[in-house]
Amino acid sequence: MTPILEIDAVSKRFVKELDVAERTARFLGSKIEPLAIHAVDGVSLSIGRGEVLGLVGESGCGKSTLGRMVAGLTTPSEGHIRFRDADVASLTGAAAREAALKIQMVFQDPMSSLNPRLRVDEIVGEAPRVHGIVPRKETAAYVDDILSRCGLDPSVRRRYPHQFSGGQRARIGIARALAVKPDFIVCDESVAALDVSIQAQVLNLFMRLREELNLTYLFISHDLGVVEHISDRIAVMYLGRLVELGTAEDLMARPNHPYTQALVAEIPTFETKKKQYSAIKGEIPSPMNPPPGCHFHPRCPHAHPRCKAERPTLREVAPGRFSACHLNDEGAASTAA
Amino acid sequence: MTLLQVEDLATHFFTRDGVAKAVDGVSFSLDRGEILGLVGESGSGKSVTGFSLLGLVDPPGRIVSGKIVFDGEDLVKGGEPMMRTLRGKRIAMIFQDPMMTLNPVLRIDTQMVETVLAHERISRKSALERCREALARVGIASPDERLKSYPHQFSGGMRQRVAIAIALLHEPDLIIADEPTTALDVTIQAQILSEVQKLCADTGLAMIWITHDLAVVSGLADQLAVMYAGKIIETGETGRVIEAPLHPYTKGLIASVPQGQKHGALLAQIPGTTPSLLNLPEGCSFRPRCPRADAACQEEPPLGALLPGRAARCFHPHLDERREALAS
Repeated sequence: MTPILEIDAVSKRFVKELDVAERTARFLGSKIEPLAIHAVDGVSLSIGRGEVLGLVGESGCGKSTLGRMVAGLTTPSEGHIRFRDADVASLTGAAAREAALKIQMVFQDPMSSLNPRLRVDEIVGEAPRVHGIVPRKETAAYVDDILSRCGLDPSVRRRYPHQFSGGQRARIGIARALAVKPDFIVCDESVAALDVSIQAQVLNLFMRLREELNLTYLFISHDLGVVEHISDRIAVMYLGRLVELGTAEDLMARPNHPYTQALVAEIPTFETKKKQYSAIKGEIPSPMNPPPGCHFHPRCPHAHPRCKAERPTLREVAPGRFSACHLNDEGAASTAA
Repeated sequence: MTLLQVEDLATHFFTRDGVAKAVDGVSFSLDRGEILGLVGESGSGKSVTGFSLLGLVDPPGRIVSGKIVFDGEDLVKGGEPMMRTLRGKRIAMIFQDPMMTLNPVLRIDTQMVETVLAHERISRKSALERCREALARVGIASPDERLKSYPHQFSGGMRQRVAIAIALLHEPDLIIADEPTTALDVTIQAQILSEVQKLCADTGLAMIWITHDLAVVSGLADQLAVMYAGKIIETGETGRVIEAPLHPYTKGLIASVPQGQKHGALLAQIPGTTPSLLNLPEGCSFRPRCPRADAACQEEPPLGALLPGRAARCFHPHLDERREALAS
């Protein structure tokens, strides 16, 4: 599969600059440093055309920041994002606009991502009209077509976002993203706020649209069950780093990294008997002050001295399967886990 | 032994646009040490049911009829004075967002001691000792230090633990938990679930676990009650409801959760959306979305006992498959 998008060693740091008092204190010899948060730390991924890549992780792991960088909403501090072999950051003029249009984003909360003062036809139709994708006269018909594709009745086109239910608003968000004929869609927790029965409808819509329009998704979610369902491959992030990557079936059946193992074990499943919940210990550390070595070692049941000292690199443990864990170097240790 | 008996409870909201029957004839009972999973989607009335039990319904809503018999006494008749003596003491509640439960400008010790002293006349020192024990019981490390912290200094999971610790201070008989793990990450959710499981087993605490997530509650609850549009549409022992749901809505709900075996396939979906409580369809409120609906469904179906210990509010329950399975 030829990659449509390549993420090459991308990092994002958010730095809180020093204020006047702190700068003065520093000038006078105190050891105040600007506060830096490593939201994304050297992540490399490539996504093939037509593929669905699921990106999972808990809050604060940097998955949304990575998604926003891919969608061009924020720029990487280091590394490059290449869309169709062109570095997005270095594009200018028409080429940059073209790339920006081809990558669209669907957000988590449609109520805060849809303008409450615009009618649906304006929300969906504005971008294609402005960018000259459809002539002004045909905009209405075009909007109707997109709306019905997304499972909305075109007769709702004159309504405002607040007149819709949550599931319908999610569909409007999808329709808006599709209106500029993108090739690549970043879905950031797009179904997280929906009820189960509505979530199933929207997931089915995503899958149908992918077939019909040959779309590529970066599907970001904290819910491994949802991600597994829709994705071809899954990438797992923990505290800014990629810890495991593999095909959906393989990763779910044989999680390699202890963190992935814990995540897979804790997907809520239907039980007919009472389940004994056993939790991995500890909290997700603050990204402001991440533990040294492997970020997961304070919570890891298999941690050993090396994990505290040395950062594990993401390497191929089986064909197409990557994991960042020192246990893999010790052969038998990992399979026993 | 029955601890709580709810009979035909109805809580309505009298709004400008009409009467919203958020809870409309809900009945269930709960034994000591039992966990009841109250499941439903947004707007199904599950949270309002929980609030009604604690007398926390604000105008324009009020309990219009029904009985809530807690340990032999009717809470609806007893009204606010009786509620004040029970709330926080014998019945406690855990909310979805612990940041809303905890006062952001007070230290944890202040808030906890206040809760203890509200119901008991003991010295501040022994109250503090009780708080320390409660924090330790929910798995908070170095409770002495943590008592002196403010809520914003805790992570989400820790805050929920503190909220649970506050609920436990008076060793209540019943805890009502309203979506307590929805805002938490999966690994933290599992920690809270294992903590709750231990507590219920150790102390004989009864619990009503209100959630939209059937999967989470399936491994935890003894009994399930599924709500739709203000009514309980199916009840029964958890394992059997999950295994063979009777009501088409429960069946649809279970089928629409993505689970391993269905990878890549289209999910079974329930068409349509949850109806507005102000504008419910005639008869069975699930009728417009139901694949089995016919003319009979224009009448309101009763919550009928269809199997031993199982009830569903449906004229066309999924019983035939069961018979076939039994015959073969």
